[in-house]
Amino acid sequence: MNFDFLFNNFAELTVTGLAFGAIYALIALGYTMVYGVLQLINFAHSEVFMYGTFAALWTTMLLVGDSSVSTMKGIGVLLLALVAAMAMSATIALVLERVAYRRLVKNNSPRLIALISAIGASFVLAELMGLRDRIAGWFGLEDDLQRYVAGARINRSMPNVLDNKQLFPIGDYQVTSIDVLVIVSAIVMMVVLDQFVRRSRLGRGIRATAQDPETAALMGVNSTRAVQMTFLLGGLMAGAAAFLYMLKIETTKFDVGFTLGVKAFTAAVLGGIGNLRGALVGGLILGVAENWGSALFGSEWRDVVAFVILVVILLFRPTGILGESLGKARA
Amino acid sequence: MSDDTTQSPGRRVLEIKDLTLKFGGLTALDEVTFHINEGEILGLIGPNGAGKTTCFNAVTGIYAPTSGDIVFEGSSIAGRKRYQIARLGIARTFQNIRLFKSMTALENVLVGADAQHSTGMASALFRLPKHRREERHGHDRAMEVLKFMGLHRNPDELAANLSYGDQRRLEIARAMATGPKLICLDEPAAGFNPAEKVQLMELIKRVRDEGYTVLLIEHDMKLVMGVTDRIVVLEFGRKIAEGKPSEIRDNPAVIAAYLGVDEEDAS
Amino acid sequence: MSKTPAVKKLTGSLGERVASLPKPVKIGLWVAFAVLAYALPLLEPPFISPPGTDFGGVLFTVTIYCLVALGLNIVVGYAGLLDLGYVGFYAVGAYTAAILTTFHANWPLLLALPMAVLASTISGVLLGWPTLRVRGDYLAIVTLGFGEIIRLVAVNTEWLGASKGINDIARPPGKALFEIPHLNWESGVPLLDFNDTTKFIEFGVLDQIPYYWMGLTVVILVLFADRLIKDSRVGRAWEATREDEDAAELMGVPTFRFKLLAFATGAFIGGLAGALYASRQSFINPLSFLLLFSIMFLAAVVIGGQGNRWGVLVGAVVVAYLPERFREFTDFRVLVFGAALMALAIFRPEGLLPPRRTVRAKQSEAEIEALEEGAEGEETSRV
Repeated sequence: MNFDFLFNNFAELTVTGLAFGAIYALIALGYTMVYGVLQLINFAHSEVFMYGTFAALWTTMLLVGDSSVSTMKGIGVLLLALVAAMAMSATIALVLERVAYRRLVKNNSPRLIALISAIGASFVLAELMGLRDRIAGWFGLEDDLQRYVAGARINRSMPNVLDNKQLFPIGDYQVTSIDVLVIVSAIVMMVVLDQFVRRSRLGRGIRATAQDPETAALMGVNSTRAVQMTFLLGGLMAGAAAFLYMLKIETTKFDVGFTLGVKAFTAAVLGGIGNLRGALVGGLILGVAENWGSALFGSEWRDVVAFVILVVILLFRPTGILGESLGKARA
Repeated sequence: MSDDTTQSPGRRVLEIKDLTLKFGGLTALDEVTFHINEGEILGLIGPNGAGKTTCFNAVTGIYAPTSGDIVFEGSSIAGRKRYQIARLGIARTFQNIRLFKSMTALENVLVGADAQHSTGMASALFRLPKHRREERHGHDRAMEVLKFMGLHRNPDELAANLSYGDQRRLEIARAMATGPKLICLDEPAAGFNPAEKVQLMELIKRVRDEGYTVLLIEHDMKLVMGVTDRIVVLEFGRKIAEGKPSEIRDNPAVIAAYLGVDEEDAS
Repeated sequence: MSKTPAVKKLTGSLGERVASLPKPVKIGLWVAFAVLAYALPLLEPPFISPPGTDFGGVLFTVTIYCLVALGLNIVVGYAGLLDLGYVGFYAVGAYTAAILTTFHANWPLLLALPMAVLASTISGVLLGWPTLRVRGDYLAIVTLGFGEIIRLVAVNTEWLGASKGINDIARPPGKALFEIPHLNWESGVPLLDFNDTTKFIEFGVLDQIPYYWMGLTVVILVLFADRLIKDSRVGRAWEATREDEDAAELMGVPTFRFKLLAFATGAFIGGLAGALYASRQSFINPLSFLLLFSIMFLAAVVIGGQGNRWGVLVGAVVVAYLPERFREFTDFRVLVFGAALMALAIFRPEGLLPPRRTVRAKQSEAEIEALEEGAEGEETSRV
């Protein structure tokens, strides 16, 4: 174990860990909300995120290409990319709810059947993205596709739109503008979502349905609507996460969702599944722990660290740090 | 606790001593003490939320007592695992039917009978004499119990496809098949019409006549009066009365406790 | 209750009709079926035999999938535990066989096989012991994590060959006793082709048919074992646990112990399949143990009908054979199987061939009649 490395780079590992963690947290919201309302692990949520990364990528590639742009135009492009990613992810999430889950929820199917459906949906979505150049080929569109966005089976890189400026030092590490952007915007989104779920009428509907679907229905809450809303919000957050991910990591691939999905799920469980603030806490802790862990054991063990944390949490404190339940999560 | 002198018809099968159960701040059972004699039908009654099912759950090992003791056949079973208690000889049914739905009626009962068996992987794999002996025993036992309950005509119907009444009876059959000394029935007549209820009570008497000791939770006072030998009344987790049905009927505390549920009583 | 006998007869499946045959006929049918299965690669029937690839090799892959599906069926179908990391056990078996028969130890395969199976069984117990207490859907995620950890450990450990894997894994011992000719269908009628023969029985590099025979034999053995276990206290305890864990526990079933047993049995079979696969392949690397395979295995079980051994065999054949036969669509197989999982979960969660209980049904019907006659006899004699 490489303790020297950990201590010498402590500030950098922590700050970038927080940035990763903020992204995990945004994705974790989707898992946590759906679990809170339906008691269902939305296995395909990782693909909702993955589609968001591509939406962000395509938007910037189409608008910018390989040319460099001015700062003002850059910001505009990025805002459009954010909107595109959120719209894409939200659409996929809604389609997912309609196609893969609604019937099962209505029939009150066992959870494992719903999980199998989710797994199937996840693979269908990932493969559709991975095979899109083949599918485009059936329509003779492969050349167009190639020119703009090419195949999804290899890593695709995001054009560099904004300079990543070094802002201020913490310890030996120069915090960059992207670090700050990622962490701050993730936290802002979370606060907005938290307030929305706490205060708005729709948010109350979601909380009521999470707590007791039958009583909620009796009280006039449209449960289908509440479930849709849950998926929509989860999708929007995943889209935002996808955009921030493309800023920070810059590359994506058709199967990028899987590992990230498991990590975000870990974050959700770590904070207490069903608990919105838990997702933030869990995400940040996981991001930092993962960075420290990979410093200690070597970066090739990075994913193993996350999996081990997941297994340990499920075994010893399955209710997570802040406890479960969206419904009970303070009103 | 030295009232062992009361000479009852049989030995004490189960003794509940100062049983207390707390969930967080809530006291579900508060120093409840009673016993069941061998070969009797003991009714456990009380208004909703009195702690009847909680008491069942403590006896069958679902909850560990906060304090107090549960003695079965002379040894303490408090804190034992659920399956151990079942194998020692306490079987139960559930207020809301919990059969193995996609197994057949016969298989449901066989699972019960397996409580007396210990065939493992190797024995099953090599069809050792133990497996054969236990399979034969289980099968005979299962058919016997199904016949007793009047379910033997359709043993290969999936439990889920049985009528409501048959499902209730199958639950009792499954419990009987475990070879228990004590059977705990949790509102076995729930959802029955009055005629069916009377029929079921006759059946429960026959179960007792077969040599089982019965602990019965039932909401319907009239039914309980007709079938039980003794009755224990719970209210808010406390025992408020105990005695023969005739004594309970006239007990002012019981009448007071049941006043609020008159309409249910009348139904 | 819901179906009259006449309706039952009408809706009766092939299995029921087979079950109602007299015993010698049944045995004869099964033997014929087995002989046909063994002879399949020699017959090289047109259309069924995939163009351009070695039919024996494809069939061997099918047997491995059958084995894995039977093992996973015990875990998922019988005991109701959703295992998304089954490929982990497969990997443990394969790697143990690989390590023991190559530069690390140089054991013969027949000695390494039991060790591989032992290792995977132990890993099943070690994983199951702590995790089988967590909720069902959490178990799915924990096992998924386990499968990935196994793979990542293999990728990152030099001693396990890291990402390039392990070569020269031992083959099963064999001795060429005689040669069996294949059929040749080129002229439209089947002819014996003495230029195209299989040596009985030599586990070589080119001709994969002997591996298929080995795999098929193991599948048949496992099928027998599966039947014996299912039809016993163990099988009933698994099903009861799947149906209602609390009720089972209260009926005297030590559910945790039986879940662990199911997990270990599944791991045993998975490890065996992995070791056989490694031996045939003669090299392995972490790419053979992607999460994808866990999902394919699960698809085999769910498509066929979890809980029914013949159903999952059909599922395994579908998942393993169709992509080989229709290679031009190989790229789309994950898409297709993902869609199949989803469609089945939504429209037919019990799978294509759900379990039936006719054999036992028939038996006990006879017994009840006997019982009733006996009871009546008693009554009349008393009168």
